[in-house]
Amino acid sequence: MPNEIAFILIAVFTVACAVAAMTRRQLVHCALFAAAAFAGLAALYLQLDAEFVGFAQLMVYVGAIAILIVFTVLLTRGDEVRSNRSQSSPSWLAGVAVAVLVLAGIALPILLSPALWHAAPVATGAPVKRIGEELMNRYVLPLEMVGVLLTGALLGAVVIAMREEPAVKPPSRSLVPARAESEEVVNLR
Amino acid sequence: MSTPLAHYLILSAVLFSIGFAGAVARRSAILMLIGIELMLNAANLNFIAFWRFGPHPEALGGVMFVLFSIAIAAAEAAVGLALVISIYRQRETAQVDGMDTLKN
Repeated sequence: MPNEIAFILIAVFTVACAVAAMTRRQLVHCALFAAAAFAGLAALYLQLDAEFVGFAQLMVYVGAIAILIVFTVLLTRGDEVRSNRSQSSPSWLAGVAVAVLVLAGIALPILLSPALWHAAPVATGAPVKRIGEELMNRYVLPLEMVGVLLTGALLGAVVIAMREEPAVKPPSRSLVPARAESEEVVNLR
Repeated sequence: MSTPLAHYLILSAVLFSIGFAGAVARRSAILMLIGIELMLNAANLNFIAFWRFGPHPEALGGVMFVLFSIAIAAAEAAVGLALVISIYRQRETAQVDGMDTLKN
């Protein structure tokens, strides 16, 4: 019974944070509520006896991705301040309707199938030692591929977010064209 | 452990729908990414729940899938947010209806 109460508390917290993350006007609030929702999901993983995944979720989502999102919000600021238009897209009602349809489509079969209502078997857990052994034996090739993928993705992210050559940008935002212009002025003199 | 599997699945469905609604209904590209992350997390919750309630919890398949899924979600978030920053530099907007260069 305490397990059920804990589940309900965590579930309500997670869903409330997710709703707030998707509906708040300020993007920073959205990012912070999303981090809280990710933390709630980590608590659910812990409740399901998946400790390693729970802590990995905490470190990767709450630690890294949330910070990344907050930094992106700060770097792309001014946009929401400048425009006082509505934050939702013009066809948001249709989008929400489709989301409700998706929810009904997933939830109805779950509610109607009696096989999903049994209690959990006795916990065997996933000890970190066994996860490490599996990662080094059976899943060693996927592990290496994830390493390559992460390296490639981070290099790609750096290349994408790097400043482009000054010709594309407005001159007020970079130092290089300004210096070039001043050199031209000096040459003209 | 008295919570049945169906509760976890329904919670996961609710989170997926919230993420979906946010991803399609909001203008901001960053919020779209947050919605996509929420949807991914809902799928991960399903994996963990099925692993925990399945007949072979010693097989560790669900745990491994979620670990790799988290790693790939991190890569996706890094590239997606870099794209948002790059587009903001070029077009001074981080809202999806400002990104219509390829339209028509």
